[in-house]
Amino acid sequence: MKVVQRYKLRLERKRFLIRAWRKARDLLLVADRTDQIRPNDVLCFVTLRNERIRLPYFLRYYRDRGVSHFVFVDNDSTDGTREYLAGQGDCSVWTTPASYKRSRFGMDWLNALLREYGHGHWCVVVDPDEFLVYPFCDTRPIPALTDWLESSSIKSFGAMLLDMYPKGPITTQPYSEGQNPFDIACWFDSGNYMIKRNWDFGNLWIQGGPRARLFFPDNPERAPALNKIPLVKWDKNYAFASSTHMLLPRGLNLVFDEWGGEKASGVLMHAKFLDTFTTKAREELQRKQHYANSHEYKAYAAGLQEDPNLWCKWSERFINWRQLEILGLMSKGNWA
Amino acid sequence: MSVGFVMLCHTALHRAAQVARHWAERDCPVVIHVDQRVSKEAYSGLKSDLSDLPNVKFCGRHKCEWGTWSLVAASQTASEMMLAEFPNVRHVFLSSGSCLPLRPVEELKAYLAARPRTDFIESVTTEDVEWTVDGLHAERFQLRFPFSWKRHRRLFDGYVELQRKVGFKRTMPDDLVPHLGSQWWCLTRQTLSAILQDPSRKAYDRFFKLVWIPDESYYQTLVRKYSTHIESRSLTLSKFDFQGKPHVFYDDHLHLLRRSDCFVARKIWHKADRLYETFLTDQDRGTVMAEPAPGKIDRVFSKALERRTRGRAGMYMHSRFPNPDWENGKTSAPYSVFQGFNDLFENFEPWLARRLGTRVHGNLFDPVRVRFSGDADVYAGCLSSAAAIRDYDPEHFLTSLIWNTRGERQVFQFSPRDEQRIGAFLASDGNAQISVVTGAWAVPLFNSNQDFHTIRKTAALLQKQEIDFVNILRRVQTRAEVKIWSLAEFVEEPMENLQSILDAIGGPSSGARITEAPRMVDLSGFGQFLQNLKNQGMNPHVTGDFPVNQPGMQPRSGGSRPYLVR
Repeated sequence: MKVVQRYKLRLERKRFLIRAWRKARDLLLVADRTDQIRPNDVLCFVTLRNERIRLPYFLRYYRDRGVSHFVFVDNDSTDGTREYLAGQGDCSVWTTPASYKRSRFGMDWLNALLREYGHGHWCVVVDPDEFLVYPFCDTRPIPALTDWLESSSIKSFGAMLLDMYPKGPITTQPYSEGQNPFDIACWFDSGNYMIKRNWDFGNLWIQGGPRARLFFPDNPERAPALNKIPLVKWDKNYAFASSTHMLLPRGLNLVFDEWGGEKASGVLMHAKFLDTFTTKAREELQRKQHYANSHEYKAYAAGLQEDPNLWCKWSERFINWRQLEILGLMSKGNWA
Repeated sequence: MSVGFVMLCHTALHRAAQVARHWAERDCPVVIHVDQRVSKEAYSGLKSDLSDLPNVKFCGRHKCEWGTWSLVAASQTASEMMLAEFPNVRHVFLSSGSCLPLRPVEELKAYLAARPRTDFIESVTTEDVEWTVDGLHAERFQLRFPFSWKRHRRLFDGYVELQRKVGFKRTMPDDLVPHLGSQWWCLTRQTLSAILQDPSRKAYDRFFKLVWIPDESYYQTLVRKYSTHIESRSLTLSKFDFQGKPHVFYDDHLHLLRRSDCFVARKIWHKADRLYETFLTDQDRGTVMAEPAPGKIDRVFSKALERRTRGRAGMYMHSRFPNPDWENGKTSAPYSVFQGFNDLFENFEPWLARRLGTRVHGNLFDPVRVRFSGDADVYAGCLSSAAAIRDYDPEHFLTSLIWNTRGERQVFQFSPRDEQRIGAFLASDGNAQISVVTGAWAVPLFNSNQDFHTIRKTAALLQKQEIDFVNILRRVQTRAEVKIWSLAEFVEEPMENLQSILDAIGGPSSGARITEAPRMVDLSGFGQFLQNLKNQGMNPHVTGDFPVNQPGMQPRSGGSRPYLVR
């Protein structure tokens, strides 16, 4: 890679950090419990809006897997999300009425908080509908994984976003608070993913799954990206460049092996397609606060009008991480 | 009192304390070395934790760093203390703070008592060692390594390079023969004291101070000088991965560890509560005198190693995306491609499907849509039949299809009318079996009802596409199994040719002769059709030589009965 290019990326990283600092002024403190954070804790960072119903299960899921502290940015929720989170003993909460879009879809806010509180910690950066599945997640907590990554001198851990969906129209089985969303949305596409390499940032660009299959059959290049790097040993000089799809410095994006082997990786199970989705899509379309002029949501609105069914006869029913490993959606690498 | 434990600790001291207590309470003296970099508070905490145990001692501390002499120095200091303070100890067992005993101490005592003169230490000559990771075998002893590998990597590498260039070589003192092995040993008092009290120890120590990773070679080399009976294996179960760091054991390894019958395992994750609980509680299992059998654990870890270094062939994902030609197999299983056959035979696909007993796809790369078997809209793994999605990434479309249908051979049709980008990939894939009848594309044109000008133009285009594809297939780099006939060649002996392809595929009915023959399209007048093309200035040479009036191709009884191959 040429020196000029490297320098450009460096400048870009600095720009992200300055932006983060600037946008951090939009954040209003709701509850600060960051003094509870101990040196080796695994932390979780989330931006969200109106996700109250999902929170109990979300928090339980990550607490059970060894996350010690949560940092939330609430983007002007109106459904009690903020109040609920402020009442949790292991959550620190900020809120902001500012534009989600203009904070690069929340990443500026998170970059700022990561820089402040994430430095030196393993950080899980996810949305409230994303659930990290990693090798041995049924028997080993996240700190076991991060200890192992650390001893292997690995700084970032990749996971592919796996869209989960129910069988039948998505409004048929309503989601209730505290419920495991994958009791309803337990199906997924096992083998229709397209992978390209992004040479500028060194990451892979993955598209496919039910969203490409149903909403973008004619223009797959617009299908949403599924590559994610949700677990990083954070350093105050790091910055997420585009959602959690890629990071700077670019070395962190090399979560794949180029010489034929497999690195350890996980899956981010995506509980987006629940009955809550149709209202969300309608609202997001109005707010126009989503990525690339919300064309993803426009496509949904077009495709979802008749309450679609994402299921097909080749859909795979989720069992456990070993199943995902056998299907080639994640890998143990050399972790045994 | 027959065995004493020397423990080298640097992290998770509470776990080390637990294990030390376990041993000490079962009448095994313990000498603990704590890394000097451990804070004062932590050290005194550990000391006071164990202060009620008279047979636990703490020795002088060294600053320890991986790969350096300090680890040997620590074990020397601790061992000397063990030998001096506990005269009844017959065997000294070197362990670490993250070791865990898997079998009751009584079993270990009995095992060692039955082998009073045996030294358990892995000790292998440098020529026979394959497990070193850094590539330094003999050079560990021939070069000097004054720089830290962890902190000053560049200096380390640079100095090694320099010495290699200059041709510098150290010689072993006193003609010692360099040996390597696991750093976790169990030595008899006799052997250990002989090493520590050797009159030339100073010279040896001076030499080994500049050896790379001396804790894997110091005792392993010197033991050869004194021991009367070496068992070249470690009693500590300790596995290393491809980076040379130890594999870690977790709660879910409980059954594997229990069945291994090893005495001590390393390294245990410090939060593996269940392992510590289970193995530090006295197990009532009677006296078992089994030999350690780590084979099963070996297999688990060597599988993990292979996963990491070679991966699964034909699988592409977010943590495996090989550079071109590093795939170890571009696709996961063999598959067959037929070009021209469905132009030449009527209902070729259903016939082939019956014959092979598998599903047979149509033209997967048809420009309009993917022609999956049964004209499905979605196929295995939820692959879409949308042409745009396929053409966005045709190579991954194909590798996904082959991966998703592991266990069932994929067979599909290809044609010059299809999207051609996949051609180069097919040619380069050793799993592809490609059979081509060149010029068969002319048969549908011959039977079509278009005006001749259009036919002529189409024919020119298709011929060009086919020539391009065939040229790719004929390159030296091609790894696919390729068979090419011209149409004229093929129709001379159609059944023999088909049979040879099917024989190569194998499958359930391999070896059987073709009984039911596919119907070939009526070719009467085809020679004239080709001649007409030629007359129009387009030479369809890929079809081969068709005489204008082929006697063989003429309908036998004057009617329009199609030609049936037998």
